[in-house]
Amino acid sequence: MGSFTATVARPTGTNVILRIRTFSAIVGSGFRRHATYRQAAVAGVVTNTVFGFLRCYVLLAAVGAAGTVAGYDRAQLATFVWVGQGLLAVILLWGWTELADRIRTGEIAADLLRPIHPVTSYLATDLGRAGWAAFSRLLPPVLVGPLFFDVYLPQRAATGPLFVFSVLVAVLLCFGCRYLVNATAYWLYDVRGAMILWTLCSGVLAGLYFPLRFLPDGLLRPLWLITPFPSLFQTPLDVLVERDPPATQLELVGLQVGWAVAILLLCRLVQRRAERRMVVQGG
Amino acid sequence: MAEPLSAARPGVRGALAAYRALLRAQARSQTAYRTSFVVDLVGNVGATVFDVVTVLVIFGVTRELGGFTLRETLVIVGLSSSAFAVADLLVGNIERLPRYVRTGLFDAVLVRPLGALPQLLLMDLPLRKVSRALFGLAVLVFAVGTAGIDWTPARLALVVAAPLAAVVFFGSVFVATATVSFYWIDSGELASSVTYGGRDFTSYPVTVYGGWFRAIFAYGMGFAFVSYHPALALLGRADPLGLPAWAGWAAPGVALVAAAGAAAAWRAGIRHYRSTGS
Repeated sequence: MGSFTATVARPTGTNVILRIRTFSAIVGSGFRRHATYRQAAVAGVVTNTVFGFLRCYVLLAAVGAAGTVAGYDRAQLATFVWVGQGLLAVILLWGWTELADRIRTGEIAADLLRPIHPVTSYLATDLGRAGWAAFSRLLPPVLVGPLFFDVYLPQRAATGPLFVFSVLVAVLLCFGCRYLVNATAYWLYDVRGAMILWTLCSGVLAGLYFPLRFLPDGLLRPLWLITPFPSLFQTPLDVLVERDPPATQLELVGLQVGWAVAILLLCRLVQRRAERRMVVQGG
Repeated sequence: MAEPLSAARPGVRGALAAYRALLRAQARSQTAYRTSFVVDLVGNVGATVFDVVTVLVIFGVTRELGGFTLRETLVIVGLSSSAFAVADLLVGNIERLPRYVRTGLFDAVLVRPLGALPQLLLMDLPLRKVSRALFGLAVLVFAVGTAGIDWTPARLALVVAAPLAAVVFFGSVFVATATVSFYWIDSGELASSVTYGGRDFTSYPVTVYGGWFRAIFAYGMGFAFVSYHPALALLGRADPLGLPAWAGWAAPGVALVAAAGAAAAWRAGIRHYRSTGS
């Protein structure tokens, strides 16, 4: 049997409307698929809320009597923590091993036969998932936090739309990073090592454990420029709490867009390399 | 050889031998792939390292937290992270119970002539978490060594008893929260809000928390006796919240109460258990 790459057979037609329709259909199915797990969503919300209280109290204690710490006042930190707890599930830092599992079991073969690029179709599913998470996981902590803490509300009109855009880019970027981590299964079969590395780095370097601005400037700048992690989590939250003047906000979001484009292109490249060398496991 | 069915449950020696065999099989299978095992060891220590790093970073922007200095807070962190890591190594795997219940594997566990709980724990003892426990202990030793503690025989006893009590306490929390899945299979992360939430809670002086949240976690669930009160007793500090000095020595008692509660919850859970039929 001759060798073939699955990508070759894909239709190259330029029917844009058809493509958009396919894409949005997959987004919709991703939304519905995750919307069926309501109990899990409730459990997740409770957990995020408990951690919201824990992180919020600790960070507010760090502010102490001084009033501000690392450029945040108390209300800004509270918003940072509570929106962050919701955002965590929207970008889905952890726990996505679907692609790696399918590569290991050989089920990926079915994905490759579909007339849509695997990166595109998984991305569409993930956007649907993120949409559901925005309702079920982001909204509750955002509503609970202000009941118990003084939170910061954006003062500038442009902040709202910029935040929404920044979250969208963060979802795309986070999907790309997860796709790359999962795609190591094409070469390694067991992705546990890569997954552990990703879990550790993304937690601490994205700004989940503590706002990255707590770090010294000499560390912070290179971290932001040469790794995608701050763009995943810290950037949208800093945009929302207006930590920086508008010009800096735009720069940070621009950097985020750059990372998202680079990582998604890398996903396509990695996928193409993988398809050239892959041997489908199983029968 | 035909034996009556009632004799099928082995004696204490037989049971111990069976548990030893389970443990040995686990150790062999987990270390079979050396590289994987080393990666797991390193990865697992990373999580605890970053917890400590977080405390250091926060103290990078503030001189004190809830009225406690870095050295004092590190004693609290050491007590909490060493105890959590050991409890997680020994009992933490119980958090897989929802999966066992869902897949029906728990039925197989129940029909074997050994206790269900010890089987579950030994079936998947995560040896990779040894690294985390060792790191936690190292933090504790460093912290009590540098905190300028005025050592007395009573404090020497406490510095050994408190982490042990905390291990029992965290272990009880793991078991008690896992029993939720007997009633609510899809409870998912719910247990971690108390287990990992408890770890985070006990990593800082309880003075940083406020109001009813502190009341529930610290005294309602007893997490204040894991690290905060023992640390106060070790450091010879009065409790800013007004509890008397003996509260630090109450840790073993609290742990025993927690263990009894967890055992009761486990038994009630087992009785309530209905197979999912899968």
